[in-house]
Amino acid sequence: MGGWAIAVHGGAGVDPNLPKERQEEAKQLLTRCLNLGISALRSSLPAIHVVELVVRELESDPLFNSGRGSALTEKGTVEMEASIMDGPGRRCGAVSGVTTVKNPISLARLVMEKSPHSYLAFSGAEEFAKQQGVEMVDNDYFITEDNVGMLKLAKEANSILFDYRIPIIGSDSCSAAVENPIQMNGLPISIYAPETVGCVVVDGQGRCAAATSTGGLMNKKLGRIGDSPLIGAGTYACDLCGVSCTGEGEAIIRGTLARDVAAVMEYKGLGLQEAVDFVIDKRLDGGKAGLIAVSGTGEVAYGFNSVGMFRGCATQDGFMEVGIWE
Amino acid sequence: MGWAIALHGGAGDIPRSMPSERRELREAALRHCLHMGVEAIKANRSPLDVAELIVRELEDNPHFNAGKGSVLTSNGTVEMEASIMDGNTMKCGAVSGLTTVKNAISLARLVMDKTPHIYLAFNGAEAFAKQQGVETVDSSHFITPENIERLKQAKETNTVQIDYTQRVEVKDASLPVPNEDGDSQIGTVGCVAVDSHGNLAAATSTGGLVNKMVGRIGDTPVIGAGTYANSYCAVSATGKGEAIIRATVARDVAALMEFKGLSLEEAAKHVIEERAPKFTAGLVAVSASGEVAMPFNTTGMFRACATEDGYTEVGIWPNETCDGEV
Repeated sequence: MGGWAIAVHGGAGVDPNLPKERQEEAKQLLTRCLNLGISALRSSLPAIHVVELVVRELESDPLFNSGRGSALTEKGTVEMEASIMDGPGRRCGAVSGVTTVKNPISLARLVMEKSPHSYLAFSGAEEFAKQQGVEMVDNDYFITEDNVGMLKLAKEANSILFDYRIPIIGSDSCSAAVENPIQMNGLPISIYAPETVGCVVVDGQGRCAAATSTGGLMNKKLGRIGDSPLIGAGTYACDLCGVSCTGEGEAIIRGTLARDVAAVMEYKGLGLQEAVDFVIDKRLDGGKAGLIAVSGTGEVAYGFNSVGMFRGCATQDGFMEVGIWE
Repeated sequence: MGWAIALHGGAGDIPRSMPSERRELREAALRHCLHMGVEAIKANRSPLDVAELIVRELEDNPHFNAGKGSVLTSNGTVEMEASIMDGNTMKCGAVSGLTTVKNAISLARLVMDKTPHIYLAFNGAEAFAKQQGVETVDSSHFITPENIERLKQAKETNTVQIDYTQRVEVKDASLPVPNEDGDSQIGTVGCVAVDSHGNLAAATSTGGLVNKMVGRIGDTPVIGAGTYANSYCAVSATGKGEAIIRATVARDVAALMEFKGLSLEEAAKHVIEERAPKFTAGLVAVSASGEVAMPFNTTGMFRACATEDGYTEVGIWPNETCDGEV
């Protein structure tokens, strides 16, 4: 048994011109979240508690795209989603279309623990939240001035109507790539809000857990569901590993990215880092994404093919790293 | 190599004591849909079109839990969901929380073809449906008197919500019980198809489960759980949604073929016997080379299949198939 390990992320796809002070803020938040998780692990809290705790912290801080600070829909509202999975027994819970629940990840946990279902959405999820007495706030609480500005830019770019996945037939894709600025999910990287936050943990007893939360894609259609609440896509945990993904949601869904890390470990016998490299390399099919992962034996790994990913990780033997770029 | 098609009308606790007229009705529907699918494949329609066509037909049939005939939520309303996936391009589309769209599967197809997203739900999905001009009907179209009675039974026993596959207990099984037709809780319809060039597609649609909480999402719209297709195989799953999500049933059939080199039959059998808990799941699957597998670990599964070399099967319980006569 290799001891505990933890990794957090604040989304993949970062503007290379992001001001230095914003980069510093992001690193400080990631460090704070790691430390929060580390002290919980030192107090022997189970992995499932730790991932929820850390993601709550990321949701409550307005810096990343989840909870307060969520990206806005085309109507300027916030629709959040989240999922959580416990490796032992592969229990899971997920929510989508949440508009007034302060911490969607905790509602996902309650769906797992207190409902006969594993996924509740929209008014039904809000209703369940009221029933469970979780903290509710006005939708405005989640909306930051920064994001109102970003939505305006996104609408001007109008890029959400453009399907970034369909290649223009007959055009030379190489030269097109040179001419186009860096894009992420159809948006110029400068106005792209990295889509997700997440945390994966293996505790001292080898139990893995994963949690992912998001406001989704800036300027998304009402009702759009991304990869974050989908078990096997954005989030997955079993006895072998815990995985949380971020990036272009649609590419992650079609690649069943989180499950595939576990599947290649299970069915192909790969190690954790090999498995992470394999799915980033082979399963994204041109999509841009990243992920963090821990194994039941206490390893930690991450991988991404986007420009940057906000992430941090630590293990019991004292290793700690926080970074944005490759 | 050759074409193949398989379809299902749900897996669950289907009692062998089911009255013969009820049984014949459903067998006739399966046979009709199979015939329709075979004709479409022979007419060189793409597997994606065929899967959509057959699921539409199953949705329109009131004897299966999808479209007309969908089971009711705890509020007595209908909330339908569906997903579709093209193995060739790995493109996919999904919808949840539909209340007025006549054919949920066709809206899923439009999400795939006409939006940059994969998954739209609830009001956003309904708004998209209007925009696209798909046929909508009053919610009452979907609600059958039988399903009103089923909800009443479910509410009275209050156990159904936890495990909808359990029939309401009858002290003496030989006694006729009003509305105890046995297949009342069976959810989901689906179709998978492959043409003689090895192009694959899968489609699944459902009304969910009786007495479900408003907003509950099951496995059906979740890519990798209820539906999956790639260049190896196409899979549509049915049963207890929460168990299927956890076991990523549809993706795992493909993953076992891809990463472990299993045949379609071995992979499908492994997933149903080893990954999904007993009495929770069934699936239909076809491989690129035209094989078919239809395993289930429930009492029965309404199912039918046909292959190019002339094999056909229409059945409900294990080892009990009637002649397809396609």
